Amino acid sequence: MSTPVKDPKTQVKRPDESLFKRLTRHQMFIPLAALTLLVLFNLIADPSFFAVSLKENSLGNPVLSGNLISVLDNASELVILAIGMTLVTASSGGQDISVGATMAIAGSVILRMVCGGQITADTLHMPLILAVLIGVLATMLCGAFNGALVAYFKIQPMVATLIMYTAGRSIAAWINNNELPIMNDLTFKYAGTFLPGIPVPTPIFITIFVIVVFWLVLKFTNLGLYTQSVGINPNSSRLNGINPQAIKLLTYVILGVCVAVAGFIRVSRSGSINYSRIAENIEMDAILAVALGGNALSGGKFNIYGSIVGAYVIQFLTTTLYKYEVPSTALPAYKAVVVILLVVLSAPVVREKLSQVKKAPAKTAKEVS
Amino acid sequence: MKKFLALILSCAMVLALAACGGGNNSSNGSSGGPIKVGVINNDPNESGYRTANDRAMREMFTEANGYSATFYNNNDAAQQIATAQQMIQDEVDFLLLSPASTTGWDTVLQDAQKAGTQVILFDRMLEADDSMYVAAVVSDMPAEGVTAVNWLADQGLSEYNIIHIQGHMGSDAQLGRTGALDEKVAAEASWNYVTQQTADWDEATAKTITQSVINSGKSFNVIYAENDGMARGAVAALDEAGITHGVDGDVIVMGFDCNSWALEELAAGRWNYDGQCNPFQAETIHGIIQDLQKGTSPSQKVIYTPEQGFDAKTITADDVTKYGI
Repeated sequence: MSTPVKDPKTQVKRPDESLFKRLTRHQMFIPLAALTLLVLFNLIADPSFFAVSLKENSLGNPVLSGNLISVLDNASELVILAIGMTLVTASSGGQDISVGATMAIAGSVILRMVCGGQITADTLHMPLILAVLIGVLATMLCGAFNGALVAYFKIQPMVATLIMYTAGRSIAAWINNNELPIMNDLTFKYAGTFLPGIPVPTPIFITIFVIVVFWLVLKFTNLGLYTQSVGINPNSSRLNGINPQAIKLLTYVILGVCVAVAGFIRVSRSGSINYSRIAENIEMDAILAVALGGNALSGGKFNIYGSIVGAYVIQFLTTTLYKYEVPSTALPAYKAVVVILLVVLSAPVVREKLSQVKKAPAKTAKEVS
Repeated sequence: MKKFLALILSCAMVLALAACGGGNNSSNGSSGGPIKVGVINNDPNESGYRTANDRAMREMFTEANGYSATFYNNNDAAQQIATAQQMIQDEVDFLLLSPASTTGWDTVLQDAQKAGTQVILFDRMLEADDSMYVAAVVSDMPAEGVTAVNWLADQGLSEYNIIHIQGHMGSDAQLGRTGALDEKVAAEASWNYVTQQTADWDEATAKTITQSVINSGKSFNVIYAENDGMARGAVAALDEAGITHGVDGDVIVMGFDCNSWALEELAAGRWNYDGQCNPFQAETIHGIIQDLQKGTSPSQKVIYTPEQGFDAKTITADDVTKYGI
């Protein structure tokens, strides 16, 4: 058919492969391609989608607004969860389905602390940092509980976390005696909305901070390597001196920290909580982000950047669907269609076929999307 | 180690069984003893309304008031039905029911009739012949919608461009509150929907929906949110975009349920209207049960709890404390 493009500079094991083949094989191909498609679709359908304008909010502070900002802002919780979920997936070969419920716990604990047990509070009853740290501690405990069940009792992750999934929201409600507390202090809402004078939503900064922290941790510690090796083969990791149980437990605790940060952002957006509705079904989006990122849901090798892009793709899709006023009851159906396409496309069998038949199928894939 | 674990687990199971047994025994009251009631309600964490409703029920049906009550909360109708059947088998005298869905209750109602259990519906209706229950103490949701829409029409705007944020689709509250507005928008040329979306009672989703309208640059002057939480989410989006709302604002904000904090927003002039949804049916039910014990049946099958709408311009501090939930 066509002549393979040879690039002497790249260090690929099979130099006879075409550039296209190598491209489609790359783990980041699917999430980036999906993002590009969404961007292209919006550019063609209505370029005003990307318009960003500087407005003044009701407090007189300058704020940026526009769909792009909404995507980056609203994806924050999902991105942070997806990072933790990637580690859990890689180490234990399963997913934590309790993240939405534990987010409710984190939010409830933080609100209980800052409201000092009152239903509505106008001032912070505790330094915010301290309240958030207690929230982090609470979800780390939840994570440790999940992790211990998975690592030491060898329970399937989905079954082990089902316990927290079922009980979490009731626990969250119990923490606040079934009240729905409301925090009216403006400083509490800085983390979920805007810092005075800074036009970019704060969650975007928090997300960047979390990403940088994980980048540093993965670069300068052995966490990534250990997680990967435990996920690929726990027995041989043990023979090489890694404690697989401890690593699994650690990843669940790390996810717990991510959950607390996400939960804090979520309650900070409004200063209130609704236990049975807060972050409902977010666990599914987080798992989806991991899958979209080209990570094997059965564990082993992983790439957190894939999951991060995956999370933004999901939010981009949601915002696009809102823009075109797709009824929100139908949103899951549209998402499902896209998910089926992406998951099928990223299946190894299909990718193998794809790279064999070159460019033609890629085009049809674009048309379908 | 494993044997030890097995021992502990089996001990726990035996204890759990014993606990269950104890529960069953204590509820086997005779006709001379306390009145046995089974209360099936929705999840109290669903909303501030439900929290207040559940608490009122639990405070009313106590031993001090002469009841031996079993409570069950779930938003899943299938689970509710299974529990209702269990309660009928346990021979409760009264089954108080707030069904999560309007259909699927036929067998439960028939079983109740055979067993001589009297069914009283509260808060939500279900689809069945009214001979199957003794009374229904409910909120008149369509009337709530009509009151709100009439209030909105009285504002005399030249054009109504409405962001309509709906509750969980198919729920009694959503159907009632949407119905009146849908009719008005269909009937009047100057009434338009800018968007009509469900936020599933979720504040964050309501904010996203409003944000997306603001980003699209469409103009609107009314937010009709079907509960207080969603109105709050929408208002957060307005605040971020610097759009004024409430009394003297560009956008009219309407909510439902009358949470205390929402009425305070109203009193402060940041919202315009809040429709009451009365969660306190417990007392009325208590009265009905007492009458039935004496042999008098309620004069009406369906009893509507009194409800009103509050306007930011006329609300008083007393209203906030009296009607806030």
